[in-house]
Amino acid sequence: MTASSVRSLRNGAVLILVLLAIWQGLYWMVGDVALRSPLQTVMFTAKLLGSDSFWPHLAETATAFGVALALSVVLGLAIGFALGTNRFANDVFEPMLVTAYSIPKITLYPILLLMFGLGISAKIAFGTIHGVIPIALFTISAVRNIRPVLVKTGRVMGLRPFEMVTRVLLPAAMPEIFAGLRIGFSLTLIGTLLGEMFASQRGLGFLLMNAIGLHNIDVIMALTFLLTLFAGAASILLLHMNRRLQSPA
Amino acid sequence: MKPAALWRIGLVIGLVALLEVLCLAGVIDKLTMQPPHVMAMDIWRMLASGSLNAAIAKTLGNAAIAFLLAMAIGVAAAIAIHRVKAVREALDPLFATYYAIPIFAFYPLLIILFGLGDAPEIFIGTALGVVGVIVNTLNGLDRVPRVLMKTARIARFSTLETAWRITLPYASPYILSGAKLAVAYSLIGIIGAEFIMSSSGMGYEISFAYNNFDNATMYPLIVLVLVVAGTFNAALGRWEKALMARRGLV
Repeated sequence: MTASSVRSLRNGAVLILVLLAIWQGLYWMVGDVALRSPLQTVMFTAKLLGSDSFWPHLAETATAFGVALALSVVLGLAIGFALGTNRFANDVFEPMLVTAYSIPKITLYPILLLMFGLGISAKIAFGTIHGVIPIALFTISAVRNIRPVLVKTGRVMGLRPFEMVTRVLLPAAMPEIFAGLRIGFSLTLIGTLLGEMFASQRGLGFLLMNAIGLHNIDVIMALTFLLTLFAGAASILLLHMNRRLQSPA
Repeated sequence: MKPAALWRIGLVIGLVALLEVLCLAGVIDKLTMQPPHVMAMDIWRMLASGSLNAAIAKTLGNAAIAFLLAMAIGVAAAIAIHRVKAVREALDPLFATYYAIPIFAFYPLLIILFGLGDAPEIFIGTALGVVGVIVNTLNGLDRVPRVLMKTARIARFSTLETAWRITLPYASPYILSGAKLAVAYSLIGIIGAEFIMSSSGMGYEISFAYNNFDNATMYPLIVLVLVVAGTFNAALGRWEKALMARRGLV
């Protein structure tokens, strides 16, 4: 283990301890009305994970998120490679993508609900529109930054467009694309959950909204804890892989 | 104007025209979407009648407060964090994973803590935007050339003076990138919170109109939000570009 990875482990541990301390301190200040202590939350989370009624909701969210993520990655990479290799098309479309990235997409959700109807497809669509744009934007810039000599070599070898993408462009652009995938991952998750919190009958987002309505703090805390844990762990894992990709082997 | 820009404008006009034709021809039925010209007329009618002005003012006002708070807290925090290396190293993993955490999941807790009203919504908007501002400001502060800091020391600037006269002006284009994020996030935070649970504001009105199949109210509100966000972002983007161009960075 290198010195830098030891340091980042130590930093992570310190951060988690501080956050736990703040959480416990808040609990002491606010009390049972609005919060649960870390220990109570973990215990209730374990109980929740043991109950039968929880798993269908988790499966629904996991399905919606998985499909949305797959769609975001495929569409994002396709758009990214198409625009990254074509200068003029990029000049036309990239500013539109940047604008689309910065608008508050949550206002579009009712339109998606009207288009796709209530159910899992609207959630998937909502998750996808969150994830696809950053992946596309990062891919465009990654492809544009590839050293021209690599592309020229590929052309000298007479590679077909598909081979060009799989053999040259994708490996060369991977580190930067991966940064886009990481952001796309988090945004897709947020999009899917938001979709479930509004006009939905299944999924973790629905459970959360239901718990708000019933003022069931145990469930709210446990779900928030689970989601944060999952998102944080996934993000750290992706970040780690990203660093490995970026540092030359 | 460059051909790419002309093509872009042509494309947008073409898309709107296509939407108009599809709606008028009945391919997209009336309950799903109204033709664009009806939306435009609805916006005019809505603003002229003033029936929703209170909701619009509330949402945009709260978003503005959340935006200003995110900027002020974010820039101040970034200056403080930048000075202490250990704190920065400890916070880096938090910044890297922050946007993966669904902040909206905390909204119910905030309602219980602050009560149902403006405060939890502004809190969400600020909390969403602030980390984007911090990360971008830190990025800008990292790039301040050493020689400028030395000059500040020779001129015996105090910490505040150094920040005000040297580091912040130098980092301003990067802070503006953060500001663009903060505009989007403050609107997302406020409107999202209003969607989920609230009793007034544009988000509430949109969701109310959705539940009542009232497309004549829903679409104008949505378009209005998009226009406001787009205009602000375009203005900030132009300012950022002008600053970068003055330094020969574009």
